[in-house]
Amino acid sequence: MDLSAINPVLLIASLMVAATPLLLAAIGELVVEKAGVLNLGVEGMMIVGAISGFAISVETGSPFLGLIAAIIGGALLSLLFAFLTQFALANQVASGLALTLFGLGLSALMGQSYVGIKPPAMAKLDLPVISDIPVIGPILFSHDPVLYIGIALCAAVWAFLKFSRGGLVLRAVGESHDAAHALGYNVIRVRILAIMFGGACAGLGGAYISLIRVPQWTEGMTAGIGWIALALVVFASWKPWRVLLGAYLFGGINVLQLNLQAAGIAIPVEYLAMSPYLITILVLVIMSADKSRAPASLGRTFHASQ
Amino acid sequence: MTAPLLSISGLTKAYPGVVANDNVSFDIGESEVHALLGENGAGKSTLVKMIYGLVKPDSGTMTWKGQPFTPAEPKAARAAGVAMVFQHFSLFDALKVSENVALGMEDPPPMGDLARRIRKVSETYGLPLDPNRTVGDLSAGERQRVEIIRCLLQDPKLLIMDEPTSVLTPQEVDILFKTLNKLKEEGTSILYISHKLEEIRALCDHATILRLGKNVGECVPAETSARDMAEMMVGDTLQTPTRTTEKTGEVVLDVSGLSLEPATPFGTKLKNIHFTVRAGEILGIGGVAGNGQDELLAALSGETLTWKDAVKVNGKEVANLGPNARRRMGILAAPEERLGHAAAPDMSLTENALLTGAIREKLTGKGFVNWSGTTAFAEKIIKDFDVRTPGPHVAARALSGGNLQKFVIGREVLQRPEVLIVNQPTWGVDAAAAAAIRQALLDLAANGAAIVVISQDLDELMEISDRFGALNEGRLSDIRPAAGLTIDEIGLMMGGAHGMEVAQVGEDA
Repeated sequence: MDLSAINPVLLIASLMVAATPLLLAAIGELVVEKAGVLNLGVEGMMIVGAISGFAISVETGSPFLGLIAAIIGGALLSLLFAFLTQFALANQVASGLALTLFGLGLSALMGQSYVGIKPPAMAKLDLPVISDIPVIGPILFSHDPVLYIGIALCAAVWAFLKFSRGGLVLRAVGESHDAAHALGYNVIRVRILAIMFGGACAGLGGAYISLIRVPQWTEGMTAGIGWIALALVVFASWKPWRVLLGAYLFGGINVLQLNLQAAGIAIPVEYLAMSPYLITILVLVIMSADKSRAPASLGRTFHASQ
Repeated sequence: MTAPLLSISGLTKAYPGVVANDNVSFDIGESEVHALLGENGAGKSTLVKMIYGLVKPDSGTMTWKGQPFTPAEPKAARAAGVAMVFQHFSLFDALKVSENVALGMEDPPPMGDLARRIRKVSETYGLPLDPNRTVGDLSAGERQRVEIIRCLLQDPKLLIMDEPTSVLTPQEVDILFKTLNKLKEEGTSILYISHKLEEIRALCDHATILRLGKNVGECVPAETSARDMAEMMVGDTLQTPTRTTEKTGEVVLDVSGLSLEPATPFGTKLKNIHFTVRAGEILGIGGVAGNGQDELLAALSGETLTWKDAVKVNGKEVANLGPNARRRMGILAAPEERLGHAAAPDMSLTENALLTGAIREKLTGKGFVNWSGTTAFAEKIIKDFDVRTPGPHVAARALSGGNLQKFVIGREVLQRPEVLIVNQPTWGVDAAAAAAIRQALLDLAANGAAIVVISQDLDELMEISDRFGALNEGRLSDIRPAAGLTIDEIGLMMGGAHGMEVAQVGEDA
């Protein structure tokens, strides 16, 4: 066992990379749930985003176009969920589960000819001087742009929900759709926009895995990150900064346990592998002991019948 | 009289299977308080939703200050100067007062300015309110203030109020009426919907009466007796419930030192409640909604268990027994919420009859259900309590509120309870059905049952109870004989006006 092989600077830099797909998917789902919709299809939207982004960037040679395609792919798939739940008034839990299963199957079909190919690489931030500062440089200033987008998105969602009129209407719709309807707000429109935002974020998160973190295409490569994102939103009490904290905690312990495995520590691999899930949930459960609660209309079907 | 502010002519709206409004016409003048009077289901709510742009009429026209008025959505109605205070508050519990107000405005100012304007308006109209509080923590009266202030900030020409006083204490009603009279003096017209006749006589200049969607008459409330208006509303002569005996027996239900933590975050804690009820006696428990009524019913019915000596029936300690064990001893209850608590909405009336009647009516045996006996029991309830339904196979959800209420009350009454606890027995029920339910409760007491009636309808409690107490923030006031209590005394028992005029209330007490 040789713990000195673990470089703390690289550890922090790589935990940020490991956390980003989870952060993106969770921040999208947070907005969806704040609007009162429970979309369990995050995993499906992520994997479809992953293959859409992968395929387009391989075909065009541009990672940037790939990311755009992933965003569109995730949002399109979420529109299917929006149609089922908002117009056909289908049950949200069943529709979300179906969406995940459908997304996993669809992505396997789309990805058949892309197995084993290497995608074009995404350029990393490389600022002269600043990126070369020891410790701070590698941690803060030499990542890919999507990682920064993830953090910015978290701040933007927080500010949108807290300060803007649109955010207030979104929270109101999630709190009581009947009251929002009575005041003349278009509940269905707000919810469809929120669902599409959630789909776009999940798609981007999926593409981050297939284009930047791994980077290659394998079937089912999101490996449950979408489910973790769903749990993270709940345990973060629907608060954006806690989602960021939870995502980084999860990413951090995941990277650390991989490093510990590599260093040959005398703990069975199975325990190390389950530790990120256990510790993240434990910490967030303790933090969510305050009085914050779910949006009151979460998961309820709205129909303007009277 | 000058040209009317809003003139409605021939308005009709049909839903599948029911005509909610049939050719309704009336005028509302400037600075007029106009009452819209009718039973539940008379079409009052549909009518005002059409004025507010939530529902489109099938035919008929509205004229606003001489111009055709067809609001496509509430925004358009608000822009014209129509504001509405809803019956079931259209508020968001988890949001702050100022956020709730902002949601009801077209073009809200920044939050800081808005908070200042809320304070100013609330002082001008005598409706104190802190813009930074969370709505979920407010009393019913304070919530209504949020709605009213939201409307006033838009400077409305016509204020629609849908059953505004059903959740208020008498003192809060006085304050509301002062505010409405001040608005009227300033030139605002008010459309006031209610079925409380004395209020309408005190407040309104003119009344339109609806029955089954039709306009059946108009009157000047101050010059018409409450009884005449009630008969126009019901279309029939009213029967007042009568009491047959005045005798009461031994103490049957004895509650002492009952305290209970709430089950939900917005629930109320019960604090050291004491009372006794004798055989043949009806104890009325008043109070504004949300002061511990649901928790008290749960503790008495056995849904919530407490220390076993907190509730005694005929000397036996029962507070640690569940609902079925209590039913076996003759302690029955009918909760307030009809759909989902008192009855399972998607199950048939027969199945619903079985749910609480299985034990006392012996409808199950050796693990099997006696369906023919159950159907007979359900049919007996339908017949004895005049439940209007095609038969016991109909789902509970399909019944109107009043009919389902008659069914759930009848189901308990016919099981010959020794102790019966009911919460809001006539909530949302028309006057004729309410009278029938009250009569059934009086008859049951006359046969020696001990009855606790929890209600927010003070007239009802004064009509049927022998003794009266009020819940306020989970505490029960002293129990006093109901005969001879004045409205002011009752108001003080209910805890006055929730933070308003505290000093004055304190002196009186």
